Amino acid sequence: MSDAARSSVVPSSGAASSDAPSAGASDAAAAPPVLRAEGLVKTYRGEGAPAHAVRGVDLVVRPGEFVAITGPSGAGKSTLLHLLGGLQRPDSGSIWLDGTRVDGHSEAGWAVLRRRRIGVVFQFFNLVSNLTVADNIELPALLAGSNARQARAERHRLLTELGLEGKERSMPGELSGGEQQRVALARALVNHPGLLLADEPTGSLDSKGTREVMRLLSRFHQRGQAILLVTHDHRLASAADRVISFFDGRVADDAVLGAKTGGGRGVAGVLELKD
Amino acid sequence: MRLPLLALLARGPAHGYELKQGLEQLLGSAYPQPNVGQIYVTLGRLEKSGLIEGEEIAQSNRPNKKIYRLTDAGREALHVWFEDPTDEPRVRDEFFMKLALAPASGMADQITLINKQRRQYLNTLRDLSKLAAAEDRDNRISQLLIEGAMLHLQADLDWLERCQEELE
Repeated sequence: MSDAARSSVVPSSGAASSDAPSAGASDAAAAPPVLRAEGLVKTYRGEGAPAHAVRGVDLVVRPGEFVAITGPSGAGKSTLLHLLGGLQRPDSGSIWLDGTRVDGHSEAGWAVLRRRRIGVVFQFFNLVSNLTVADNIELPALLAGSNARQARAERHRLLTELGLEGKERSMPGELSGGEQQRVALARALVNHPGLLLADEPTGSLDSKGTREVMRLLSRFHQRGQAILLVTHDHRLASAADRVISFFDGRVADDAVLGAKTGGGRGVAGVLELKD
Repeated sequence: MRLPLLALLARGPAHGYELKQGLEQLLGSAYPQPNVGQIYVTLGRLEKSGLIEGEEIAQSNRPNKKIYRLTDAGREALHVWFEDPTDEPRVRDEFFMKLALAPASGMADQITLINKQRRQYLNTLRDLSKLAAAEDRDNRISQLLIEGAMLHLQADLDWLERCQEELE
């Protein structure tokens, strides 16, 4: 049995795990998942009692799928994302990217993965403050082996796409939060990674910046970008195909959106003004 | 729908169909429109209670149409409406009772109830996002209506999260 076939029958952990995600399942089932994790565990041991941040998580993200993880702060959702991006190491468990096992990779190996296969955006943008917008975006392209002309062309394409023409020479500190996050998105996507990881990407933005980032994530997703998003913002999460509810280090629910749940008053009922 | 119709009549006399159109223009396609029958029924009741008065206008080739205008009593009712703050939206009492009574009944699991409810809210939130995108961006009243519905659902989802934290 291939990895892909097996992973599609591995149940998610948690009490109330659900129907398997179906978005694009027929195409996606043939290709390996962009991301698969099994049995991830991470415990922080400091002073006092150990904190069980991630306690046995299985997860599959298929090509082109947009998955959101929501939950209260402290539930361990950011830790989970960091484990999946190699920014932190699990105590135990396995991770596959595009069917290749990667949890044994060294720091350097993960750095290469994050350059080529995984793009990451963070709450606080993490742009290089003393590089221009253009250099922030071109640098990872150059590091991944693009020549200067390709890197420039790709940077130009992304900045236009993200509505940031004319900001090439700006320094990150001169931009609004929403603009900085768009630059961070450009940087994350410049090498066409199979998977975009987004850790509370709207957590430090105002409502306008939030809507903008939400719109852009949806647009990239519509073009086939697989996205794994961690957010406490349910509205942002509702843009995804699948919403995983994370509580106390575990998957409490894994819900496919868009399939009619039946019942409920739906949009009309919610909007209706009562007399 | 009584008071919104009175408010529309405050700008001048109108017949039932004009009022329906006025409501549509103002609230946009996002708002589930009352059918014209409902409007006529409501107008009949308002007339009976003396808040509006109707005048039959004869039309050639067509049935008479009735033009309604606000009475002094109607204007007064409208003053009171605008004057008083509106009641708070209710907490989801139906779901809350299910959650509260599930353990004692032995028939349902609280976390399962929460998960089901969350799925429903998330789906509606998603539909509202789509509706906001499809709706005329320049119709601010309509956009604000959708925005309000989304913020309420967000608050309900936050509350479900609190329930799950406490009960899990």
